[in-house]
Amino acid sequence: MLQYWTDYHDKILTCFGQHLLITVLALVASVVLATLLTLVLLPHRRASQVVVNLLGAFYAIPSLALFALMIPLLGIGPIPALIVLVLYNQFLLVRNFIDGFSQVDPALTEAATGLGMTPLQILWRVKFPLAFPVLASGLRLAMISTIGIATIAAVVGAGGVGTILFEGLQSQDPVKLIWGTLLVGGLAIAVNAALNAVERASKSRLHYEEAE
Amino acid sequence: MTIALEFQDVSKRFEGATEPAVDHVSLSVETGELITIVGTSGGGKTTLLKMINRLYEPDSGQILLAGRDVMQQDPVQLRHGIGYVIQQVGLFPHMTVAQNVAVTPKLLKWDRARTSARVIELLELVGLDPAEFSARYPSQLSGGQQQRVGLARALACDPAVMLLDEPFGAIDAITRTGLQNELLRIHAAQGATYLFVTHDIREAFKLGTRVLIMSSGRVQQFATPQEIVTAPANQFVYDLLMTATVEEGEESLLDGAIGAPVLSAVS
Repeated sequence: MLQYWTDYHDKILTCFGQHLLITVLALVASVVLATLLTLVLLPHRRASQVVVNLLGAFYAIPSLALFALMIPLLGIGPIPALIVLVLYNQFLLVRNFIDGFSQVDPALTEAATGLGMTPLQILWRVKFPLAFPVLASGLRLAMISTIGIATIAAVVGAGGVGTILFEGLQSQDPVKLIWGTLLVGGLAIAVNAALNAVERASKSRLHYEEAE
Repeated sequence: MTIALEFQDVSKRFEGATEPAVDHVSLSVETGELITIVGTSGGGKTTLLKMINRLYEPDSGQILLAGRDVMQQDPVQLRHGIGYVIQQVGLFPHMTVAQNVAVTPKLLKWDRARTSARVIELLELVGLDPAEFSARYPSQLSGGQQQRVGLARALACDPAVMLLDEPFGAIDAITRTGLQNELLRIHAAQGATYLFVTHDIREAFKLGTRVLIMSSGRVQQFATPQEIVTAPANQFVYDLLMTATVEEGEESLLDGAIGAPVLSAVS
């Protein structure tokens, strides 16, 4: 195990770096797209149901198959991998974003409107802070999912820890498999723990535990 | 006396409804009055109220606030000048009591010193010790205390008109009596025009300088409590007075002075 690190730590670090990069890029793009979709869909309850269901069906396609299917359409490399990751994330993000915003008590929206807030002020000062725990939990799921699915992106030549894992699979080399698993698993666990802490902090700030 | 608010032949029918919620209502309210609006559920009370701050918009007719048609004004600016209190209170759970009260001053970009001085003044006005309550969150308050904060929030920028939509509807009877007395005291001190929707006839008669009785979207009677109990305008008003007393388990209004039990609530 340690021998592999001594011999190949350059490669391990490069793959890990690629993995982080693709994860971060995918998440930023995903959040931007999901935010836009949410803003468009939010006033239309029926349409958002339909879209979330479609995104859910898409999310259910196994990632290995999807990456392979996308090769004729998008080619290979990091860009097609990013596109697929962003599409996967839309289900987790849009679903939670819409849930988060629509669970805000209509009485609060009414009070805010009556006090003379503009729709934008209501969104930013009332709905966003109240929806934040649900938004954060969607983001956490999307991060974990992206870290995992990004390993599969190695099949379309996007690099990342998946490269080490697929090499390990082909050469039946348990050391590579274990290294790849530890890196991806460790990253996912660390990110999950960090974001859980953020969510808890935001919830306690809202005094949710005391509200009825 | 100046006219604070005027409805001129106002009608409103909601989409999909067969009957209008408000049906050709005309009335005027003088500055400083406390008008209570009472009647059957779905009788148009809340619709009437919400058309004043444009949460609903009338299909026809005009609503003049201090002589100006509300539909010709920017709704956000219009609402800055109108206090609004609802039954569900609607305090923002992520803000402290002080922050909730400071919402409208903040929207109007008051400076910090003026805002915090006003918050202290308002909390004292509604009977909450600022030192004890400023930093609390709404979830740490009782229902009655929450509505006191709701009242303070609505009063923050000295609105000329206060709209109260069943503000004490979800509050227990004893706390409610206390809040009603506080409201009368605040109204007397502040001099603004209040419109107060309630389904509790005793509350309407206790608080109102005039009582507006509505049913099927139409005004059944709009007069002082004394005038209404001594001379109910029609069968609906009469029946409404009856239900109030029968519900409270008191003797029938038919014997003795009509509305005596209701009147006793006024004094």
